[in-house]
Amino acid sequence: MEKIPILRMGRLLLVTIQVDLYDRLAESLEADLVQMINKTGARGVLIDISAVSIIDSFMGRIIGNIAAMSKILDAETVVVGMQPAVAITLVELGLPLSGVFSALNVEKGMELLRSKLTNMERNVDGSDDGSAE
Amino acid sequence: MKNEAIRILQKKNKAILESWMKFQLLDEGLREDLMSNDDLRSQSEELLSALTSNLNDNNIEDAKSMGFEQVNDILASVSISRAKQGFSPRETGNYIFSLKNALLEILQQEIKDPQELYMQSIKIGKLIDSFSIDTFETFLRGREDVILRQTDEITEISTPVIQVWDGILALPIIGTLDSARTQVVMENLLQKIVETGSSIAILDISGVPAVDSLVAQHLIKTVSATRLMGAECIISGIRPEIAQTVVHLGIDLSNILTKSTLASALKTAFTMLQLQVTRKNVTNLN
Amino acid sequence: MVVLNKELMTIVREVDVIPFRNRLKEHAVKIGMGLVNQTKIITAASELARNMLKYAKGGKVTLEVISTGRENGIRLTFKDQGPGIANIPMAMKDGYSTAKSLGLGLPGTKRLVSEFNIESEVGKGTTVTVIKWKNG
Ligand SMILES: Nc1ncnc2c1ncn2[C@@H]1O[C@H](COP(=O)(O)OP(=O)(O)O)[C@@H](O)[C@H]1O
Ligand SMILES: [Mg+2]
Repeated sequence: MEKIPILRMGRLLLVTIQVDLYDRLAESLEADLVQMINKTGARGVLIDISAVSIIDSFMGRIIGNIAAMSKILDAETVVVGMQPAVAITLVELGLPLSGVFSALNVEKGMELLRSKLTNMERNVDGSDDGSAE
Repeated sequence: MKNEAIRILQKKNKAILESWMKFQLLDEGLREDLMSNDDLRSQSEELLSALTSNLNDNNIEDAKSMGFEQVNDILASVSISRAKQGFSPRETGNYIFSLKNALLEILQQEIKDPQELYMQSIKIGKLIDSFSIDTFETFLRGREDVILRQTDEITEISTPVIQVWDGILALPIIGTLDSARTQVVMENLLQKIVETGSSIAILDISGVPAVDSLVAQHLIKTVSATRLMGAECIISGIRPEIAQTVVHLGIDLSNILTKSTLASALKTAFTMLQLQVTRKNVTNLN
Repeated sequence: MVVLNKELMTIVREVDVIPFRNRLKEHAVKIGMGLVNQTKIITAASELARNMLKYAKGGKVTLEVISTGRENGIRLTFKDQGPGIANIPMAMKDGYSTAKSLGLGLPGTKRLVSEFNIESEVGKGTTVTVIKWKNG
């Protein structure tokens, strides 16, 4: 069966979705990613959707699921490169993906993830800031 | 047997044109400012010859017949171009109605038998009336096209997206924000975000007369779409009255960054981008 | 309103949705529909096709290019012979789902298209018709 490749880059995982997903492919991506985070101890997931022209509520849910599951496994998810038409459509559909971080492109996504990771580590190691949520 | 009227009209082409031109030039509504008399004459000549040369026994009662394709084409282009040039319906109508007068005048001169004259006049009258109706329809469509294009232009013009700083866009919204306008705003804004790689957009609503729950919903949508793209959106230009109505209507804007002025929104944007604006040290110039 | 083009497609498996979406895209492009409206109608179609697969084991969709003379558009009719929907107003609510999914398919679709109509009879099936005008 066709699969979406997951690339490992240090503490980050990079997924580039090149095809329009049909349901089974999206579901297997969700499962594969969660496995991979667990196996590699990745702290961040970058999903590049710049080649995706349609995101419906099913795909949207998968993206939301991936973000939520990664969070439980202590990894942050950033979706990058969403096309304007897709963003407008998702909002109209009623799915603003509020739990998911976004960035304009892969480069900015990496930056965002790195800054989140350093912030988190500083908070863990640092002694001046004891306030946890 | 060839219809007598047809024979007359074909033979008297020249006389008809003269009489038609006379009727047209007599009309005090003639727009010499919009079209020269020479142009008017050649336009009329073209139409008349298309009409008389294609007229035959079979199509005299059917303005939609294949034989009149050329006539209909000419009429369509005349009425569309007149609509765009700003002719009034009356001015355009007079063009074709005066043709009818000219045709009837010739028939009257040439046909002696009153009953025959009556019959032929009715036929020609009906045919030209039918052409007139199409002319009006086309004219109206031409006007509507003009209006539609202007509406589009106004919407485009009234939603400029300005890059105010590297990474910062500003979008002043002037006028009401309905759902069609919101679509244009969103499309322009998101497109510009991609083009410029900007990560902050400031939506200034100082020029929006009132914010009701519908307008607020449009604003929230725009903010959500911007965030999905990976940029942050600040809404500025919120007047005290707007703050009041928003709260009275129970609209939740708590997830949205709001600022009272564009200047303070810009300041916030600088902070978010970790930029600092400082006054140049001028002491050593003294 | 005149129908300029009409075709019927059967959707019984997930993979049938992809060629259907492609066909829809072709027609939308052909009538000059802008990218955002294309995306909206294809997303709506995706939702309705999925509902048909998920709740009615598939069905048929009619894809029509229509024109009022003034405006061109696309009409899609999704027809299935599944269990039907007992409470349509409920099914049209944001977040209502009998499948523990997001419940945005029907209400979201309605927001994405220009015209929306749903008819359903329990035990007989469901028909959803949507129209997206080129500039709608
Ligand atoms: N074609 C259909 N046949 C039967 N029931 C349907 C059909 N489409 C939708 N439904 C019902 O309407 C509900 C709402 O559908 P929808 O808005 O698409 O949300 P979701 O698919 O996430 O549940 C579904 O949960 C289902 O019970
Ligand atoms: Mg659904």
